[in-house]
Amino acid sequence: MASSDPNKAAAFHEIDIPSTLDAAKKPEREILRHIELCGYSEEASFAIKLALEEAMTNAVKHGNGNDANKRIKVRYAVDPARAVIIVRDEGGGFCHQSVPDPTRPDRLTLPTGRGIMLMRAYMDEVKFEADGTEVCLVKLNR
Amino acid sequence: MPGADPHINVTKMNDVNVIEFADRKILDELSISEIGDQLKSVAQSAPSVRMLLNFQNVEHLSSAALGMLITLDKLVKEASGKLVLCNINPQIYEVFKITRLNKLFAIHDSTEAALGSF
Repeated sequence: MASSDPNKAAAFHEIDIPSTLDAAKKPEREILRHIELCGYSEEASFAIKLALEEAMTNAVKHGNGNDANKRIKVRYAVDPARAVIIVRDEGGGFCHQSVPDPTRPDRLTLPTGRGIMLMRAYMDEVKFEADGTEVCLVKLNR
Repeated sequence: MPGADPHINVTKMNDVNVIEFADRKILDELSISEIGDQLKSVAQSAPSVRMLLNFQNVEHLSSAALGMLITLDKLVKEASGKLVLCNINPQIYEVFKITRLNKLFAIHDSTEAALGSF
């Protein structure tokens, strides 16, 4: 698997937004524009769109507890080979390893709990840092 | 829901409510909430309701959309109705497979096959 060392990626852009689902669309639009300009495959584009949506929603709803007074910081670097996206909220953090498997029979009919699973399924790397207040997503263009 | 734009188009075929999504992307929370409300209205429109969701226009959806569908499915089943999905493109179907929701929902390749399952 390719290195996800951010220092080896293209230059990072940074966007700081209020913690609302509406504001979350701005970094999503920007990142997806870069993805398109770099000629990412349809498969990779779909994956990034999905994982990014999940990461932003998690930051707004779970990380920042739907508190619009809090902020979300999004840093991203996209080049034709790899996209690195880092989303940081101002919440208290969480233990990502404790999130139950949503495919368990006793959890399959629950309406929530699939965001992290989808991020992991669609990204080449998913890393949680800073007690879970930051997630780093890496997708290779192939 | 008063004031909300229609996100679904409903037609009746053989007593089945055939529903097409007007949105290509079922992603944002507000849209999902409005879609959910509109689908719930259909689900509660008759006892033992039969609903077919046609995903032919859908290119993206989020886990929140999956949650909305799960809630709808429960509602329909509790009322002894039936809900089936059809025309899900391979990328979206993969999302259902990864989350094992392809085991929860009855999913068909075509509208004809879905209608035939009622």
